[in-house]
Amino acid sequence: MNGPQDLGGQMGFGPVAPETDEPIFHAAWEKRALGVTLAAGAFGAWNIDESRHARESLHPAVYYSSSYYEIWIRALEVLLKRHGFLGDADLAAGEAVDGTATPRRVLRAADVAAMLARGGPCDRPLAAPARFRAGERVRTKNFNPTGHTRLPRYARGKFGTVETVHEGFVFPDSNAHARGENPERLYTVVFDGSEVWGEGADPTLTVSIDAWESYLEPA
Amino acid sequence: MSHDHDDDHHDNHLDPMAARVRALETILTQKGLIDPAAVDAIVETYETRVGPRNGAKVVAKAWSDAGYADWLRRDATAAIASLGFTGRQGEHMQAVFNAPDTHNLVVCTLCSCYPWSVLGLPPVWYKAPPYRSRAVIDPRGVLEEFGLALPAGTKIRVWDSTAELRYLVVPMRPEGSEGLDEDALADLVTRDSMIGTGLAKVPA
Repeated sequence: MNGPQDLGGQMGFGPVAPETDEPIFHAAWEKRALGVTLAAGAFGAWNIDESRHARESLHPAVYYSSSYYEIWIRALEVLLKRHGFLGDADLAAGEAVDGTATPRRVLRAADVAAMLARGGPCDRPLAAPARFRAGERVRTKNFNPTGHTRLPRYARGKFGTVETVHEGFVFPDSNAHARGENPERLYTVVFDGSEVWGEGADPTLTVSIDAWESYLEPA
Repeated sequence: MSHDHDDDHHDNHLDPMAARVRALETILTQKGLIDPAAVDAIVETYETRVGPRNGAKVVAKAWSDAGYADWLRRDATAAIASLGFTGRQGEHMQAVFNAPDTHNLVVCTLCSCYPWSVLGLPPVWYKAPPYRSRAVIDPRGVLEEFGLALPAGTKIRVWDSTAELRYLVVPMRPEGSEGLDEDALADLVTRDSMIGTGLAKVPA
């Protein structure tokens, strides 16, 4: 979706303002926000693509005025409600009053190290050969899907070169919407700065994205 | 480290997000859906065990050992796992090497994808709109805000992490670092140098 998350090339947000010796967390609640988000993810009720889509589906005014952990928490509430783990009555009371769904599993402290070490690999075996080869010129699709996609607007309808052909990976555009993993081959595609940004582009710039096969057409 | 109870006695003064997260954790705990000790363990992992020192060890080894550098270039996930760094947000690693004529910069314009297994949690600026919007269109301007002015002829390659590949920049080994062992080399490798917003430190 052309949501607030799709920031590449947007203007007006000001300087980057890196902090010197920044802390890992800026408030105690951020620690809990991280931990609760990961622990809830371990229910197995949703996947990382649905989670990203919940974040980018926040109203743009909310998204842009929220810190990143605030975005996480707001989206987590949406996911918990959608999947039956949280009700408005719970939130109104500030304690558990609603009945709730049963998750596939509840993460225990003893299992945290193993869960984090395992991660969530997204590569999947593919029977079909790669449609494109390294060095081949391609054009990215021009589309504006209302659902989740990982093809940023700035890189749509652009000519680029396949640099690397990867394995199959879970297709987020489908997986985010409970339509299955439908893995597709992934490619690193490189664009000249001038192809992406046109007049005035930095002549020394190349930009790459990682693109699923259906994002690409022969050039 | 145990559950942070800093603000337990100041509930009337909690800021809105602190109150909101507190309520959510309370509800989920009462429902038996989350275990606060598991939340503690997650926080402790990223406060004490997983951070940019991991990535610095990878870079120092690549600087010291041409065979390892070659492995890192071909199969970063396996080469990094051989040092014990695996897992969440590092499942599919790619190492990109700076060269005299090419500087690499990593961003995630669409969210906050970042190689947690080697760099830990991303800094606030990495997740915020100014960096995410400008890194792809004005990388030189961004780098100048980090105090890094690249020569005009240096090619800049920006890697937008749009999929599940996670990128680790291997900065150039600094002059004057000849003869240093891997531990001393790792001390020269800053987090920002592994994102591409900085260079490795020159030995004092």
